Amino acid sequence: MEKTLDTKFTYTEKSDTRSGFGDGLLEAGRKNPNVVGLCADLIGSLKMGAFQKEFPERFFQVGIAEANMMGLAAGMSINGKIPFTGTFANFSTGRVYDQIRQSIAYSEKNVKICASHAGLTLGEDGATHQILEDLGMMKMLPNMTVINPCDYNQTKAATMAIAEHHGPVYLRFGRPKWPIFTPSDQKFEIGKAWKMIEGTDVTIFATGHLVWEAVVAEAKLREEGISAEVINIHTIKPLDTEAILQSVAKTGCCVTAEEHQYNGGLGDSVAQTLVRNNPAPQEFVGVDDSFGESGTPTDLLEKYGLNADNIVKAAKKAIGRK
Amino acid sequence: MEKLSTEQLKKTASQVRRDILRMVHEVQSGHPGASLGCTEFFVALYFNQLNHNNDFKIEGKGEDLFFLSNGHISPVWYSVLARSGYFDTAELKTFRKINSRLQGHPATEEGLPGIRIASGSLGQGLSVAIGAAQAKKIDGDEGVVYALMGDGEQQEGQIWEAAMYAPHHKVDNLIATIDFNGQQIDGPTNVVMNLNDLKAKWEAFGWEVIDTLKGNDMESVLAGLEYARTLLGKGKPVLNLLHTEMGYGVDFMVGTHKWHGIAPSDEQLENALGQLEETLGDY
Repeated sequence: MEKTLDTKFTYTEKSDTRSGFGDGLLEAGRKNPNVVGLCADLIGSLKMGAFQKEFPERFFQVGIAEANMMGLAAGMSINGKIPFTGTFANFSTGRVYDQIRQSIAYSEKNVKICASHAGLTLGEDGATHQILEDLGMMKMLPNMTVINPCDYNQTKAATMAIAEHHGPVYLRFGRPKWPIFTPSDQKFEIGKAWKMIEGTDVTIFATGHLVWEAVVAEAKLREEGISAEVINIHTIKPLDTEAILQSVAKTGCCVTAEEHQYNGGLGDSVAQTLVRNNPAPQEFVGVDDSFGESGTPTDLLEKYGLNADNIVKAAKKAIGRK
Repeated sequence: MEKLSTEQLKKTASQVRRDILRMVHEVQSGHPGASLGCTEFFVALYFNQLNHNNDFKIEGKGEDLFFLSNGHISPVWYSVLARSGYFDTAELKTFRKINSRLQGHPATEEGLPGIRIASGSLGQGLSVAIGAAQAKKIDGDEGVVYALMGDGEQQEGQIWEAAMYAPHHKVDNLIATIDFNGQQIDGPTNVVMNLNDLKAKWEAFGWEVIDTLKGNDMESVLAGLEYARTLLGKGKPVLNLLHTEMGYGVDFMVGTHKWHGIAPSDEQLENALGQLEETLGDY
């Protein structure tokens, strides 16, 4: 159904964002000998195998011991190494929050916490692994940069960009095959929102996998004569508040779309920006204070109200509140 | 830095104990018990064993590095850093006060020279030290990495994650010490949560374990640290079980958990200082 729509961005193939991370890490490792990798028994899932093979002396298998991994990474960063830790998003955040807080964020260590299998689209493994709170936990930490790219190409570009950025970073990506709709030669600027589609009636601020859903929603809205602006917020923190305020000043209302709880996510950050500067109607597409469950990514996004159709409904509601 | 003789180390230890007590008394807050118990270790390490430069650079390339995991014993570390010339001893009087670089638990955010990472939330420092040791190996840097942990801290799970990791990866440029004083906040460790045979546990994890039985005797502490260094480079990390007495050096504080985290009164301070010679001049 999506393919028959006249979307402003299109794709010919799909890949998982975690492969974007794996390929980006390999490139970063080739460019900078200080890049080191650590993984907690998920080398295949995180796509870190190519880096491990090419740089065995700069790769550390930690076993199923995520707390230790965060401490090791902090320690390695002291003499100038740039450690990239790899495990699932759940075990990259909640399980090791205090280690990140004290040894990495408070201590301003140049550690890149790379987190796969985030959100509902993890799928069949169910709620124990589907973290929907990680953006909130990470953005609350002072000194932490929080990035949630949307497809393979953007994740690869983001991975290479964070290697060149000094300071702690949380990089969130996922498991499912997803449309590759952004350019392979894109420049990734941390903290800089990307206006993908211009519009005048409503702004859709989307992050991660839901950027594609926003692109689809824009086409659907256009068919109904509604002009939506789509802005890709790949960096949750620091947030590009200028881009948000400029867009909403023009459109007068917005929708935020993310694979995360309402609480603590992108929606919260956008709402705070608007309330402080230019209050405007905002609708939230996200998970409403619940855990996930087993299912296919598509079924889960539909059941929990996170797909393009839900963005369309939310956009109309926001426009109606102007 | 120049290595001090055993006699000089003993004199320094007396002054460091005075510093600890005066810092904690001044702000009526802090942890004197284990600070006093670890004084010989810190003094022997910083004034004799450590190859370090008090013109502090956080990267510490080519230097030996020290990481404190049980960050609450910050008073002894701050005193030793100041007495080593990392910062002016006058700054010790700002301990735990507003706008100070001498935070209650060590931190990097305020830029205090000598501190490379925050600690205080227990169980994390050994992992950090192992990471720093491995990073040195990548660089071919022959500096040694030291870590100090508490014994109560051995109850944290992360310690055992790190304990398993270091021998597996042959991190043999690392000397970790446990302040084995048998006390923690709620009482003796064997009452709160028995550590049982700590030596056998660390050996079973693959560490080279040594006992320093007289952890408050300068000659013994020095001998233990010197011996530990001879065990490096042989494929195993080294663990030094340092048997100390909490509160050592002050008769009414010694051997009890009661002085873990409370400050002496004016009278108690006077009494305690009367037992410790002022050897280098109070700050």
